Amino acid sequence: MNYNFKQEVQKPERFVGGHRLCAGCGAGIAVRAVLRALNPEDKAVITNATSCLEVSSFLYPYTAWQDSFIHSAFENAAATCSGVEAAYNVLKRRNQVQETYKFITFGGDGGTYDIGFQSLSGAMERGHDMVYVCYDNEAYMNTGIQRSSATPRFANTTTAPRGQVSYGKQQNKKDMTEILAAHNIPYAAQTTFIGNFQDIHEKARKAIYTEGPCFLNVLAPCPRGWDYPTAELAELCKLAVDTCVWPMYEVENGTWRLTCEPKRKLPVTAFLEKQGRFSHMFRKGNEWMLEDAQNYVDEKWQKLLSHCV
Amino acid sequence: MAVKDRLSGNEAVAIALRQIDPDVMGAFPITPSTEIPEYFSQYVADGLVHTEFVPVESEHSSMSVCIGAQAAGARAVTATSSCGLALMYELLYVAASCRLPITLACVNRALSGPININNDHSDSMGARDSGWIQIYAENNQEVYDNFLQAMPIGEHASVRLPVMICQDGFITSHAVENITLLEDDEVRRFVGQYCPEQYLLKADNPLAVGPYDISAYYMEHKKQQAEAMKNAKQVILDVANRFEALTGRKYGFFEEYQMEDAQVAILLIGSSAGTAKVTADHLRSQGEKVGVIKLRVFRPFPMEELASALSHCKVVAVLDKCEGFSASGGPLFAETRSALYDLDNRPQLINYVYGLGGRDIHVGHFEEIYHHLFKIVSTGQLGERYIHLGQREA
Repeated sequence: MNYNFKQEVQKPERFVGGHRLCAGCGAGIAVRAVLRALNPEDKAVITNATSCLEVSSFLYPYTAWQDSFIHSAFENAAATCSGVEAAYNVLKRRNQVQETYKFITFGGDGGTYDIGFQSLSGAMERGHDMVYVCYDNEAYMNTGIQRSSATPRFANTTTAPRGQVSYGKQQNKKDMTEILAAHNIPYAAQTTFIGNFQDIHEKARKAIYTEGPCFLNVLAPCPRGWDYPTAELAELCKLAVDTCVWPMYEVENGTWRLTCEPKRKLPVTAFLEKQGRFSHMFRKGNEWMLEDAQNYVDEKWQKLLSHCV
Repeated sequence: MAVKDRLSGNEAVAIALRQIDPDVMGAFPITPSTEIPEYFSQYVADGLVHTEFVPVESEHSSMSVCIGAQAAGARAVTATSSCGLALMYELLYVAASCRLPITLACVNRALSGPININNDHSDSMGARDSGWIQIYAENNQEVYDNFLQAMPIGEHASVRLPVMICQDGFITSHAVENITLLEDDEVRRFVGQYCPEQYLLKADNPLAVGPYDISAYYMEHKKQQAEAMKNAKQVILDVANRFEALTGRKYGFFEEYQMEDAQVAILLIGSSAGTAKVTADHLRSQGEKVGVIKLRVFRPFPMEELASALSHCKVVAVLDKCEGFSASGGPLFAETRSALYDLDNRPQLINYVYGLGGRDIHVGHFEEIYHHLFKIVSTGQLGERYIHLGQREA
């Protein structure tokens, strides 16, 4: 595919300015990057789980979405999208809809890894022709930074705070992309924003234009929850990839492939030290936390490499 | 041409669904409504309908599928009971507030816990404030007839609300009765096409559904919803008239049985009305002035009409097949008592909670209730007004 970033960003925006997402938030960037992968002539219906994204982008009577959009509840975005897709199939058969539509769902990690997990698993198993995009900012940011099953170990959150006898979240992050790949769907991938956005663009295109249920997991930093200066979002994403904290890979019809291997694998501390949520890990006496985090990332990375061709 | 058949209530609903040929059905099994998606999936498998059948992983998802589908411009249906309806509660409110005229076959069953699969009305009564129209049936014929009227009511431009067609689990879902069906083309003409003004798949005008609604607008939207429920009253009557013209079967907000000169009356919902009527006939033959009102439409609540119909009675027993845990009676009792408040001369009212978890109610019970009412008339003493019928400890 010939990818030209300048051309891509000249496409008419399908998610326009005026929404109320924070400066330095990854959610809006994820949405714009994914929607740029749509052919401009194709129509889309967007489904959104309750989330920062939803409450910031569609406040009655204003919407940032140029495409048709539906929000129903927190835990049912995938099921709601399957209803829309089912309606499309039957109305197309009955000749009541002529145009080509694509169905894209956005949910945060809370709406995807946790409360919306069942609904997502069901929709993937049933095989609806849809893309589910998780913008993963690793906690319940909309309600004020509570831990989710996507929160990494050691992170400070408001329901797993660091304290005199606690180091933050006790458990490791759930591996959602792997779980979705285990649904044997035609396409599952994880990505984030680096460089010229080619990786996320190509994955979004594959996900949108592959028939059947597809899943994209997009690491989308949150300046409030992660506690970083808003201008450093892109650098954080790059560090997440270069430290192998967030490997860029895809699983296409059962074949695992790394899409972006770091030239030089950086120590995990390079990623952690940029964020206030991990600052306690760098205090004297807490060296074991850094070691632990490094070992975990290394193990996961080796396991991923063994899957990949 | 009417078609005579012998059918269970579930099969009657499934046939109504086949005749309507809805666009999308979200389906998840739960006793006693399971047969409806079972029958229907066979129609799908045999190519008798064009419906997208979406067999989801929970009732929460089946209502979510219906919401997505109906918002997209399709006609969506589902069926459930008991805990299945309870799992949908969150989304029942979403469906109603998005003004999506989804149709739900609610085969009434007790709620857990303890778990119990038999009939009472606690499931749909728990959803009474969710913004859904609720229509109840006495027998299989009424279940079928109500189902055919659901979409013309819910989809009407002045209403646009979801409709729950309720039937009593096992009693009017599994028991087989003689029933008269309409021809398929008669049903299709009567129900008509679903033609929403705005929908997600309208190519020339994208639509956004389900906003974050701030305080400056939320109340206006709730008022509009409340107005729609008021508007539903006239539409329910208009659709019933049209149905009567087609079938000769008459429907309204409620059925008044032997009420013209009734001194005492029983007000109730659902299948037990048949037993109440038989009892009333028996007592009438002995010269007792007793009557029955069987409520068909609980939402919208026909407050003025019900007050008027009961106004000449001396004492009325309101029967709730549902415990409301208000410490002062069931939901039908509370609303009926409120309805009577505006009358200058009000009948006295007592409440019987009955039939919970499928506890049987028979002619002897209704005789007992009528005797209780006459005793109140003769003594002028109301006594206990919140009674659990047939209680073993009692």
